[in-house]
Amino acid sequence: MLSSAVIISDESLSENGGIEAICQAYGKEREHLIPVLQAVQAEHGYLDMDAIDRIADYFGISANEVYGVATFYAQFRYHPPGRHCLKICQGTACHVRGSGVLVETAEQALGIKVGQTTADLAFGLEELACLGSCALAPAVVVDGVVQARLTPRKLQKIIEKVQS
Amino acid sequence: MNSAIIRQKATEVWQSFVRAGQARILVGAATCGRAAGAMETKAALAEALEAEGLTDAVAIFEVGCIGLCYAEPLVEITAADGRRVLYQNIDPRKAARLVKSHLVEGKPVEKYALCVIEGEDLQGVPRWQELPVVAHQQRIVTRNLGWIDPTELLHYVERGGYSGLEKALAMGPVACIETVTHAGLRGRGGAGFPTGIKWGFAAKTDAPQKYVICNADEGDPGAFMDRSVLEGDPHAVLEGLIIAGYAIGASVGYVYIRSEYPLAIERLHQAIEDLRAYGLLGDNILDSGFAFEIRIKKGAGAFVCGEETALMASIEGQRGMPRAKPPFPANSGLFGAPTNINNVETLAAVSAILEKGSEWYRSFGTEKSRGTKTFSLAGQIRRAGLIEVPMGLSLRVIVETIGGGLENDKACKAVQTGGPSGGCIPASMLDIPVDYENLAEAGSIMGSGGMIVIDEDTCMVQIARYFLSFTEQESCGKCVPCRMGTQHLLRMLDTIIAGEAGPEVLAQLRRVCDTMRKASLCGLGQTAPNPVLTTLRYFEDEYQKYLSGKVRRYRIIGSACEGCRACAVACPTQAITGGKKEAHIIDQDACIQCGVCLQSCRFHAVKIVFEEKATI
Repeated sequence: MLSSAVIISDESLSENGGIEAICQAYGKEREHLIPVLQAVQAEHGYLDMDAIDRIADYFGISANEVYGVATFYAQFRYHPPGRHCLKICQGTACHVRGSGVLVETAEQALGIKVGQTTADLAFGLEELACLGSCALAPAVVVDGVVQARLTPRKLQKIIEKVQS
Repeated sequence: MNSAIIRQKATEVWQSFVRAGQARILVGAATCGRAAGAMETKAALAEALEAEGLTDAVAIFEVGCIGLCYAEPLVEITAADGRRVLYQNIDPRKAARLVKSHLVEGKPVEKYALCVIEGEDLQGVPRWQELPVVAHQQRIVTRNLGWIDPTELLHYVERGGYSGLEKALAMGPVACIETVTHAGLRGRGGAGFPTGIKWGFAAKTDAPQKYVICNADEGDPGAFMDRSVLEGDPHAVLEGLIIAGYAIGASVGYVYIRSEYPLAIERLHQAIEDLRAYGLLGDNILDSGFAFEIRIKKGAGAFVCGEETALMASIEGQRGMPRAKPPFPANSGLFGAPTNINNVETLAAVSAILEKGSEWYRSFGTEKSRGTKTFSLAGQIRRAGLIEVPMGLSLRVIVETIGGGLENDKACKAVQTGGPSGGCIPASMLDIPVDYENLAEAGSIMGSGGMIVIDEDTCMVQIARYFLSFTEQESCGKCVPCRMGTQHLLRMLDTIIAGEAGPEVLAQLRRVCDTMRKASLCGLGQTAPNPVLTTLRYFEDEYQKYLSGKVRRYRIIGSACEGCRACAVACPTQAITGGKKEAHIIDQDACIQCGVCLQSCRFHAVKIVFEEKATI
């Protein structure tokens, strides 16, 4: 699910601090690595090199190892996310009911491609499969809320509403 | 706490839920209901009750998904007379009207009513059991969905819950495994391996520490059965997991669940907390001496983690890549310990089997495929939703009777089962009974239960391409046949669709498919060719149309076009031009083949054609 090049942001999360504090809530056993990565991303919005270093130190493994695990999974981001997030479901039911058009619509409305964030960091656009809301396809998630039975026009309105 | 005390409490709590002689409202508030606006509807109901001064007299509960997703948001209202009326498509405006009419004036609103569930008949409104969407169903796994408050452990107990666990603890692990084996339950994750036999392997392995895992990594796009069950009745699954742990001698159970399902995760956390409080988890479950704990692990977005060895690697904190078997998990699984993995639906069936007995479960389904199967019926179908039917029911009954046929009265072209690992069954084979053997013979698989209905206007080559684009992205890259195979298949399908492939491409497709099936490391690569193979088998003519330089295009027939602008307005890329009452034209360079024009045209003027690429 990764885009071809994964470049880690230079901006440091360390000023925000708290990486160690998040780690401390978990044991040092390897099985806690993914939950820690999830917790750090939930807190800071993304992972950066500094965070990966600190997490690696906590578990006593190399940063490469942590980076290798994180990049295997589609959930992890390495850049600051947009303040608003639009995820368009590309599951089978959504696909046969026209979710491809929704992607076009969103890309045009926001002026970015899937996987990108607008320059002002207001909006991020992502794809996922599948939300499990297939009976109400096509569906999208806007800031964590599932919106269903969409048409290009309804999506356009939703985007405008969030932008304002 | 012993079971007698829990039961007694359950009966008390149930009374306050049923509220005999008093009014109550149930709102279907699973993810699908919420997506349709259930929470706004619930707020409107509460507001209307307050305006009428009924806040204390009428209780509102959130329940799980009853399966009729097409009619969401669903609201069930029971007035003091005890008649339970289920209303469909209730938006906030209708909600206010329902409160006023049904609860204040005592007049149910027939216009919005879907059915009467209990109590006196209503003129012109069918009974629940008579609904065509319900009549053929047999609810075992989904037994409590929509009927109980999923956050209330005692509701589950009152409906017979945890009596299966009690019986299991009384009969001992060996008898417990025999019961599940005799019931004929097969793994509902897709492969269909007999559950009891699988348990037997793990039970026989001698080790100080064993694990059971509930696979809730429902990754197939188009499948939402497991999500619905976990959201609407988490205890049915957890009881099954505890029983599985007891049967094989494990002391720890894991639930590996997709992070895309936040509500299901929330329900699980709450359920586990409640189980501890009632002594149904912990060091001495129901005073039997059996100790068991459950941990939740959230997935991080990788389809391949539905494969059992990849799933275990992910729990261990590794990259979720599969490994070769043997050793099988029953011998060496999670952290090297003997491990048993079952899917959500399998475990929800286990708790029912232990409660009601193996003979009862065997009475449903066919000889080789016992019991029931849940499906998420979706795609271009009228009544999309979650269904549970006895094995052996024909696809035709599922599509035409339960699903109510296709949207816009289109003809059915195919039914896709099994997600990216499955295949497309043509409409000519709709009469096959649905069980493991018949679907495999048709070239598809049962899979976890995604069932996507495809209409006559859909291009099957593009459907195959869709699934390959999914598996190509999700292939973990460990083994060459899958990593390179999915890439090659996708590239070949792209050249076909672009009209750039010659007739020799079909043989090449088949050869790559064959290699992937034989040589891939895990199920993902072995089954990824299925969408290509089944579409080649049943719809080769559609591939042929693309060969020799032809491309698929949408065209407007000038003589049939009334110039109403409907398609031009609907077109997301503004590819359609033409003034009012003039024949419209599609600019083929701007067209993205989405088909919205075809759907929006009321005059059947838009047609799909195959033509030479150079045609303007």
